[in-house]
Amino acid sequence: MSAAETPLLSVTNLKRHYDVRLPGGLFGTPATLKAVDGISFEIMKGKTLGLVGESGCGKSTTAKLVLGHIPVTAGEIRFDGEKVTANHNAQWRALRRRMQMIYQDPLGALDRRLSVADQIGEPIQIHAPETPKAERDERVASLMADVGLRRDMADRFPHELSGGQRQRVVIARALSLKPDLLVGDEPVSALDVSIQAQVLNLLDDLRQSTGFTALFISHDLKVVRQMSDRVAVMYLGRIVESGAPEEVFRRPQHPYTQALVSAIPTIRRSAVANRIVLKGDPPNPVNAPSGCPFHTRCPSAIAQCKSEVPALLETAGHKVACHLVNNAPAGAGIAAE
Amino acid sequence: MDAIVSIRNMTVDFDQGHRFVRALHGISLDVGRGETVGIVGESGCGKSITWLAALGLLGKRARVGGRVMMGSKSLLDLDPNGLAGIRGGKIAMIFQDPSSSLNPVHRIGRQIGEALRLHRGLRGSAAKAEARRLLDRVGISNAAQRLNEYPHELSGGMNQRVMIAMALAGEPEVLIADEPTTALDVTIQAQILDLLRELSADNEMALVLISHDLGVVADMTERVAVMYCGRIIEQAATDALFSRPVHPYTRGLIAALPDIVGPKRRLASIPGTVPPPDRLPPGCSFAPRCARADEACTDRQPELAGVGGDSHDVSCLHAAELAATAMREAANHELEQA
Repeated sequence: MSAAETPLLSVTNLKRHYDVRLPGGLFGTPATLKAVDGISFEIMKGKTLGLVGESGCGKSTTAKLVLGHIPVTAGEIRFDGEKVTANHNAQWRALRRRMQMIYQDPLGALDRRLSVADQIGEPIQIHAPETPKAERDERVASLMADVGLRRDMADRFPHELSGGQRQRVVIARALSLKPDLLVGDEPVSALDVSIQAQVLNLLDDLRQSTGFTALFISHDLKVVRQMSDRVAVMYLGRIVESGAPEEVFRRPQHPYTQALVSAIPTIRRSAVANRIVLKGDPPNPVNAPSGCPFHTRCPSAIAQCKSEVPALLETAGHKVACHLVNNAPAGAGIAAE
Repeated sequence: MDAIVSIRNMTVDFDQGHRFVRALHGISLDVGRGETVGIVGESGCGKSITWLAALGLLGKRARVGGRVMMGSKSLLDLDPNGLAGIRGGKIAMIFQDPSSSLNPVHRIGRQIGEALRLHRGLRGSAAKAEARRLLDRVGISNAAQRLNEYPHELSGGMNQRVMIAMALAGEPEVLIADEPTTALDVTIQAQILDLLRELSADNEMALVLISHDLGVVADMTERVAVMYCGRIIEQAATDALFSRPVHPYTRGLIAALPDIVGPKRRLASIPGTVPPPDRLPPGCSFAPRCARADEACTDRQPELAGVGGDSHDVSCLHAAELAATAMREAANHELEQA
């Protein structure tokens, strides 16, 4: 990372808590659900950060916070130096057109009553209504060509397209305003293997040609590794490990990342032999454990893990939030086996 | 190995009102006692329909042809009562989304109890004791209390364990698991796969694992059938299939997978999309997406035939040549590893 690089997106100590009511008592017992609990990260211009974790770890909430869809409880989000707030005023709208989103379910993200060409042109119509129709049509045609949709599909409707084609429409629409930041929340998870590869390659090509910065969220470590320059692993609202994907996935330091990596079934290695199978389910985020959120399932937890929250500290080229790793003498990580 | 279930030339046509659309074009598949068989393919390839049809679960709009033999019984000829005895008894099935397979308004105990009453004739305290034993068996702690809970009080992984407990209630000889872990997180998936592996080994229960995830199938099974557009296009022992894939579709699927280890490379995607069942191309259904296809491929659908022994069957006109390539690649790969 050279000093010349500037982060396009920087997030500092971001928190999002929800007040909920648990069963018990006449009106239930008030409790706090900490969906995102103090995370910080930066994405440099033109780079991609992959956010991985299991359901309920707060990765989608992070996406919504970054885009200013929901207000933060604490912390700060800066996009290109400007503070992102959830006040949906003119300033937010100006920022928001530079940040676009791709969702998991393309059919749900598209308007069923708009043709492909209208879907892709709609953001231009909304954010740049002064654009003449001829210019808009031309832009739509070139976007369709970019994402690999045939010209004759312009008049089709979402239900007439396959899943992969629909996701291409969503991508074309997201790119129609030439965004600086693209947030993808599980963008290929609903697609079949052969189509998933097409869409991943497409995103990679588009990133190279248009140079957008991306926040790529997925539960699939293999997909995240394919797409990201850096990855952050989340567990119960916190980042437990981050760094370059090769580093994090080849030599995971945090016991959770180790279990996650070892649990992925792949055809290219026999994983059964050294698989770490965690006991139990992730705890309910409403009464998240004290100390390290992972200590209830951690095979190597010590007393300190129950009381103290580990800080995300730099070790051996990447950052880890684990007492065992951070306390260990240099070069003697617990991943030594 | 003598087959415990044997499917021969099964076809399924769906009534579209004015015509029939063929979804399954003659599937033949044997499952041996205690064997684990994987069925892979993308959505719409017919991997689930095969087993729904075999168990008579497709409803009136489907016309099923061919034979499904279980011992001396022909499942497709059984009356509804006879079939009900097999379903959930000798053959049990679990599905992708456990929370929609369980009844939300009944307690877990009652739902397991129902299976025990139907298939084993157990009632009252005997049924309750057995239900508790089953929950223990599938790794649910605190079984006595869980029996009194509702599905919404349990996590997705727990509910899938309950589904497996219900499936075990009939002491099945075959368990058909249709995408059993697709809705679950990776760490929970590992738990459920471990459980299925253990149960199948302990009870000599055959396991048919239907999945779109090649990694899961490679991990879990002894033999794999790859399906495309309602046909089995390649079938082999799991090791052979993943180390020496022959059919261009299988090869494409494997090349399209991103990996967690090794150098990062551009994914090799298969061009185009799966054609809908009512608009299949002439000849081999994969020909329009296949780099190897020539004129002969659009002429006729190739038969599923053996290549190179070891009961490795492939349905491709260029199978012999591709098998030679696959052998060479596997040998090179081994050299690299050494």
